[in-house]
Amino acid sequence: MSAPALLEISDLTVEFATRRGAVQAVKAIDISVGKGETVAIVGESGSGKSVTSYAVVRILDRAGRVAEGAISFSGIDLVAASEAQMRDIRGREISMIFQNPRAALNPIRKVGRQIEDVLLQHVQATRSTARQKAIEALDKVRIARPEERYDAYPFELSGGMCQRVVIALALACQPQLLIADEPTTGLDVTTQKAVMDLIVELTRERGMSTILITHDLGLAAAYCDRVVVMEKGRVVETAEAGAIFRAPQHPYTRKLMQATPRIGMRLRDLLPEAPAPLASAAAAPRAPASAEEPPLMQVTDLVKAYPRPASGSVMARLLGRQEADQPPFRAVDGISFSVARGETLGLVGESGCGKSTTSMMITRLIDPSAGSIVFDGVDIGAIPARRFAASPLRRRIQMVFQDPTDSLNPRFTAERAIADPILQMNPPTSRDALRARCEELATLVGLPVELLDRFPHQLSGGQKARVGIARAIALNPDLVILDEPTAALDVSVQAVVLNLLQELKERLGMSYLFVSHDLNVVRLLCDRVIVMRSGAIVEQGTAEAVLGDPQAAYTRELLTAIPHPPA
Amino acid sequence: MLRLIGARLMTTIPSVIGVIIVTFLLTRVLPGDTAAYFAGPAASPEAIAQIRSKLGLDLPLPVQFVSYVKALVQGDLGQSLTTGQPVTADLAQRLPASAELTLAGLLLAMAVALPLGVLAAVKQGSWIDHLCRVVATAGVSLPVFFTGLLLVYVFYFLLGWSPAPLGRLDVFASEPARVTGLYLVDSLLARDGETFRAALAQLILPAVTLAIFSLAPITRMTRASMLAVLGADFVRTARASGLSGGKVIGTYAFRNAMLPVVTTLGMVFSFLLGANVLVEKVFAWPGVGSYAVEALIASDYAPIQGFVLTMAILYVVLNLMIDLLYGVIDPRVRLEG
Repeated sequence: MSAPALLEISDLTVEFATRRGAVQAVKAIDISVGKGETVAIVGESGSGKSVTSYAVVRILDRAGRVAEGAISFSGIDLVAASEAQMRDIRGREISMIFQNPRAALNPIRKVGRQIEDVLLQHVQATRSTARQKAIEALDKVRIARPEERYDAYPFELSGGMCQRVVIALALACQPQLLIADEPTTGLDVTTQKAVMDLIVELTRERGMSTILITHDLGLAAAYCDRVVVMEKGRVVETAEAGAIFRAPQHPYTRKLMQATPRIGMRLRDLLPEAPAPLASAAAAPRAPASAEEPPLMQVTDLVKAYPRPASGSVMARLLGRQEADQPPFRAVDGISFSVARGETLGLVGESGCGKSTTSMMITRLIDPSAGSIVFDGVDIGAIPARRFAASPLRRRIQMVFQDPTDSLNPRFTAERAIADPILQMNPPTSRDALRARCEELATLVGLPVELLDRFPHQLSGGQKARVGIARAIALNPDLVILDEPTAALDVSVQAVVLNLLQELKERLGMSYLFVSHDLNVVRLLCDRVIVMRSGAIVEQGTAEAVLGDPQAAYTRELLTAIPHPPA
Repeated sequence: MLRLIGARLMTTIPSVIGVIIVTFLLTRVLPGDTAAYFAGPAASPEAIAQIRSKLGLDLPLPVQFVSYVKALVQGDLGQSLTTGQPVTADLAQRLPASAELTLAGLLLAMAVALPLGVLAAVKQGSWIDHLCRVVATAGVSLPVFFTGLLLVYVFYFLLGWSPAPLGRLDVFASEPARVTGLYLVDSLLARDGETFRAALAQLILPAVTLAIFSLAPITRMTRASMLAVLGADFVRTARASGLSGGKVIGTYAFRNAMLPVVTTLGMVFSFLLGANVLVEKVFAWPGVGSYAVEALIASDYAPIQGFVLTMAILYVVLNLMIDLLYGVIDPRVRLEG
């Protein structure tokens, strides 16, 4: 870079005061961002990437402080700047976009007013022009009918729309540097692509510099000039985006690269070294489901309809006024598929497509409106969800939930959590037998036995995921529904968990229904794939066929939206 | 909007009916014999029986209930045996007194507690946070009759700053023309500065006593609610966009933190309205609380039933107002309707 850097972070150390003394979240890092440059900071949770950006705009928690080092932004020393100076810089010179856009907006203030607040603060508009300028800002981020959207509250907008509003807010005052902190985490792939394309286009148009903070190497590669890799508070590698993916230098970068699912990989390739197969079973060749054998589960014309919220008031109904009944909303609209024994079926689609509703009906947590779910010859769809818990079939269908933390009772130890289904369905004869079974299950999922007495908050994300899996397989189920089991995990942990799931399946002969929005993961784990949209199946077939040579336009759209790191 | 209020009111009808039945039964179950009480200690059994039949207390319970409900429908809450007045007249006289006292106490408490709670949350761990904790703890730890008496002792007896604690007005002042029943408001409407000052002087000490007691829940709730909101993502966004401290705390954080505070305010208000008997006693305040307690001691059914019913209806109205206020504060509530 010949031009002087816009932002120069040198030797920055950030400390947090905790009960056990000061903890360094960021340790002596150097990062520079040139004018008009797009830099990615990549790392897993706890790497200090977000803390770095908070230190730049000085919005660290009260416990955090810059212990050492300098941050200079076009010649201004941001560490020494007064709070009043910082207030002028935030939003006008340096703006931020955050993860979880809906929460990032004030829930009880009209979005237009929130943009006005920023414009007025930085004297970019007067009271009389603020409204017009706010609408212009909404228009620039391609929000249709911006005059109407000005009056919308965040809860009335979709996640992608909210993120556009946050971008409008951040760019309203024409800042020179935009810091985007996981701007698309939690958004669907197609929305992610739209949002990222918008950010890149708008910042390029204005000659702005951008820092993209992400855990997604693919995203970093697709949109950034330079990549900074952070691990445990340190910068381990900085290089041009292309170079870092062609020839990663640091072992951690290589590990991250390897753990990121890509086309043409096998599941085992995600792990740093080929692991010794668990215990005895060598990966048996996958038994292809023969056509004659009846499937484990056959779902036919499954429908879940919800009544639309009534528009008439209680009074109107009391007075006997009839309103034209709207047809009920069909969250799942007549889908049919089957799951063979020993098969992993992927259920893919974007939020609101009905995949979670489907999995909840199959798990028999909610009742279908119509259609049948035949499991091993029995129509379990006919058993009411309330009574299914008492059914002997309950133990044969189990579930692993999306959030490993929220799906564990915080007051149960790992052992108690794993023992829970056993105690419910099949109480063992003695305490020792239960302990023995829990230890067996822990060993099976690779959870150190000594961790069994810990509570969820004393376990790492990966360990909690293992507890959730052990709980699901405790009753030797035939079918396990995996609802985005790795969505909340770092890529390296995800790699390990995915491999664990595959090994368990082969060992125990279970079938999986794998619900996910991550097509790369589905490609690795699943035999067959179903693509859903608006409650209906768009396409289904073998994983290679659907993801390799998609027939439906929607599947193609999903596939092209995935950012790919250069392989 | 009107339709919404109507619908909400309709849903409260069953609970009001429940209250009517339960208070009727409870007053009958309570120990104590009205007839014996009014006949006096020296009365003969015949005299007591005569009074009983005169009051209709010898009739079977269902018959008594039907006649009670019949009268109720016509707006007649019965006759108080202690005061000799219709209960409606008594309540109409005394309810404004309680309401004025409670409102004044609550407004005072809010004026102190809201800023204190907000400051304690914004400057968490500072001296003001500790002050907030001390004030709140002291407020609830001291019983109201103690703080009341202490205030009377200091400001009336020792310093002589405030008038004698003998009701709503001193003997020399005359009642303002009745419009709302609240003396402060009525005297202002009548442009009678003299009466206003007199009423205010009488009101200050009992209102402060109540305020000290209700400081604690409001301060604690404001602080906790503000702390939660200050940690929210949107406050971080507001700070990251360079909004000034006042804007972030006032417009962004405080309005969002108001919801639980409003709930607490409603609860404190309805609790105080019925429960400030002790304050009313200490300051000889002619409110509904002391009225109800006196009736209870005398086994005087009609005032007790009237009091409980009035409180129930007030509670319903108050909750409705709080719900409407929610809608003003939070657009998401409006949607659910």
